[in-house]
Amino acid sequence: MRKEITFTILYFLLSFLVNAKTIPVGASKNCHTIQQALQLAVSGDTLMISKGNYHEKNILINKRLTLIGIDYPVLDGDLKYEVVSIKASGTSVQGFKIIRSGVSSMEDYAGIKIYNCRDVVIKNNILENTFFGIYSQYGTNCTIEKNKLTANQTEEQQSGNGIHCWKSDSMRIIGNYVTGHRDGIYFEFVTNSIIWRNESEKNLRYGLHFMFSSNDSYISNIFKNNGAGVSVMFSHDVKMIHNYFEENWGDGSYGILLKEISDGYIENNQFKKNTVGIYMEGTSRIKMTGNVFEKNGWAMKIQASCMDINVTGNNFMNNTFDMATNGSLVLNTFNGNYWDKYEGYDLNRDRIGDVPYRPVSMYSVIIEKNPPAMILFRSFITTLLDKTEKILPSLTPENFKDAFPLMKPLRL
Amino acid sequence: MIIANNVSKQFGSLKVLNNFSVTCNKGECIALIGPNGSGKTTFIKTILGMVVCDSGFVTVNGFNIKNDWKYRSKIGYMPQTGRYPENMTIGQVLEMMQDIRGEKNQNYLDEDLIERFEIKNLLHKRMRTLSGGTRQKISAALAFLFNPDLLILDEPTAGLDPLSSEILKEKIIEEKKKGKLILITSHILSELDDLVTQVIYMQDGCLCFHKTIEQLKEDTGQTKLAKAIAQVMLKQ
Amino acid sequence: MKKVIKYVIIDILRNKIMLAYTAFLLVLSFSIFSLEDNSAKGLLGLLNIILIIVPLVSIVFSTIYVYNSAEFIELLVSQPLKRKTIWMSLFTGLATSMVLAFLLGAGIPILIYQADITGMMMIVIGVLLSVIFVAIAMLAAVKTRDKAKGIGIAILLWLYFSLLFDGFVLFLVFQFSDYPIEKLMVAVSMFNPLDLARIMILLKMDISALMGYTGAVFKDFFGTGTGLLLSFSVLVCWTIIPIWLSIKKFKTKDL
Repeated sequence: MRKEITFTILYFLLSFLVNAKTIPVGASKNCHTIQQALQLAVSGDTLMISKGNYHEKNILINKRLTLIGIDYPVLDGDLKYEVVSIKASGTSVQGFKIIRSGVSSMEDYAGIKIYNCRDVVIKNNILENTFFGIYSQYGTNCTIEKNKLTANQTEEQQSGNGIHCWKSDSMRIIGNYVTGHRDGIYFEFVTNSIIWRNESEKNLRYGLHFMFSSNDSYISNIFKNNGAGVSVMFSHDVKMIHNYFEENWGDGSYGILLKEISDGYIENNQFKKNTVGIYMEGTSRIKMTGNVFEKNGWAMKIQASCMDINVTGNNFMNNTFDMATNGSLVLNTFNGNYWDKYEGYDLNRDRIGDVPYRPVSMYSVIIEKNPPAMILFRSFITTLLDKTEKILPSLTPENFKDAFPLMKPLRL
Repeated sequence: MIIANNVSKQFGSLKVLNNFSVTCNKGECIALIGPNGSGKTTFIKTILGMVVCDSGFVTVNGFNIKNDWKYRSKIGYMPQTGRYPENMTIGQVLEMMQDIRGEKNQNYLDEDLIERFEIKNLLHKRMRTLSGGTRQKISAALAFLFNPDLLILDEPTAGLDPLSSEILKEKIIEEKKKGKLILITSHILSELDDLVTQVIYMQDGCLCFHKTIEQLKEDTGQTKLAKAIAQVMLKQ
Repeated sequence: MKKVIKYVIIDILRNKIMLAYTAFLLVLSFSIFSLEDNSAKGLLGLLNIILIIVPLVSIVFSTIYVYNSAEFIELLVSQPLKRKTIWMSLFTGLATSMVLAFLLGAGIPILIYQADITGMMMIVIGVLLSVIFVAIAMLAAVKTRDKAKGIGIAILLWLYFSLLFDGFVLFLVFQFSDYPIEKLMVAVSMFNPLDLARIMILLKMDISALMGYTGAVFKDFFGTGTGLLLSFSVLVCWTIIPIWLSIKKFKTKDL
């Protein structure tokens, strides 16, 4: 008997779920517009939107709905409106092509914006020429997955970010592609979140801009050819694992810029062809291991304001300069790395060089103080100076050395 | 054929040629004589365009040599010491000279001296292995090879053995008979006796006299050129 | 002219020093590439060869050759040939031989181990430097009569271009470190073919570092099509001007 009652309750529950309506929208359907369907729908309903062009001004979702686009219906903001505004928790937006959001210097118009709610899913959308792409403001436990965001913004002042999260928590940013925005992915006051397998390239400023955000991880992302690379500032407990930082070229452009960061991990990342692989300022307690620095102008620039940076087991190959610093105080350790410029020997065959390696060359010190001297780089006279410095160190910091340099590169 | 007019040349503070004027005509064989450093070689080099004179002008066949370089195709020159690219063989040098003068395979090449000096047997020898005498033979052969109207021979018999020396003299006489102009400098005056028709005597870059040999002998009362010249030098 | 060039080249190619130079370059380049496990370090070694050894050999060999050919030149001058023709033939012959030696000795290893844009740039620059230093050698040789003095001047010129000039520039950089002298530096580099050559190779080799603060100024100039064209033109001028001056001198030179 009790079993039957349970069954009956379950039946009602299920039928309630099944009774949640599916409302088709499209030119040939009863509902021609999405606004119409939004009026009809109640929480839990699903809107199936057919292919077509929808000029619906601002689509405001304030019920828990699932919006599914079939064959990428186009939601056009006509350069005036925020295209989709989500104000209800549990809402899901999937499979749309969202174009031409409004542009404003007063308001942050976005392609899709989450306002103060949780459990929102934004998935498989294509966003083109939006001001901000996907914007989360006080969002919690939301998923932004496999969206493709493209814009052609040209000026930093008049452009918005691709995926922008502000004061959010437990966000999952997965597998998105962002290009042509100001910052590819922007985090400010975001905690306990993960950025995984995204690709951010050719953005005006940063591929990833990360501030006041703690206990986050970004893993397996590709940041390529952004105006200023990746910037991680004023945060703690950030894990940076298995990312690619490539071709971030220019003055003030970095693979990663770390400023006021503490207690983090930088592991198994690849830094290739950046002007500066990692630039550190006021950073402490970072463990760096398993990274590969290849063909960078400077693999790392560590300012004297950093401490307890532990650089162990990384490969430094074909960089113009391995390290640069601006002071003589060294509170960091650099042991057990492979440096291709190392010219020492290994008599006892333990695969560790018998004399220490000094990653800061004299010329990198000179250039740090006097950048135009770069014009003489690799000339006969500077080569002579560098060789002399190796024998009689005078300009380079005494303690800046790897006491156990590896003879062979690590397999990374 | 050669007219030098007020030619002056200075090397540093040393005046090598000082308002030097002379006229040399076809069919003559002229000895250019003077003490060491009197400017003989400089004058020859001026004619050849190897030295550029400071003032005055030189014409060869009526062309001012300053503006012309083709006139040199009419000149055969035998330098005091002929030195050639060390790595080349005699054959290659001969071939090169014919090549450069653009007169290869033409039948008016005068290979008389090449045969008489028996150079054909040495064609494979490299220049650096040759003795001074052999080099002189090559120089002589080259000077006559292109059948030039004007021959300039700077110390032609120096370093040659008596036999070759005779051959060369015979050749010079033959060419003189053909009506060519021949300029010779030599310190061995006795050799010039049978050859020359005129004497140009130079001292300190100036022309002392330019006389026919008969006139010279008459003036000095000597029958041999060497003695006649010695007498002239004594007078001064 | 072609005929004279032919004989000059034949003569130089028989020269043992030339063969030794080619072999030396070949051995050095191959050993650099095969000893270093990464080719970028090999390129760096090769850069030093191109910037130091190629100019040195070019200038010293050419000077000595011109002096040693004094009699040959004399012989040619007495022939119906224009002086300009003789001098240009000598230059062309020397330049061709140096270029040939460089291409055989360094060009082939580069093509085998590093056939990319950096390698191509190195080959082009190496060829240009060979020619430039032949031209400078000929100017030095025509200006001085004395062989020992001439060779001394040639070596001094090499020292000047490869070391002293850069020392002077370094001094300048430090002396005027408070001023924006990047543009001046670009101009100054034009006065030394070795600096110009080095920067052009650096732009291919160390592009990442050159994109930094000052580097960007250099990149903005040298990296653009116009800059590249201008740089190459300046390098060509470094050939034409010395050879033109030397012809002027040679035309009135007493032999």
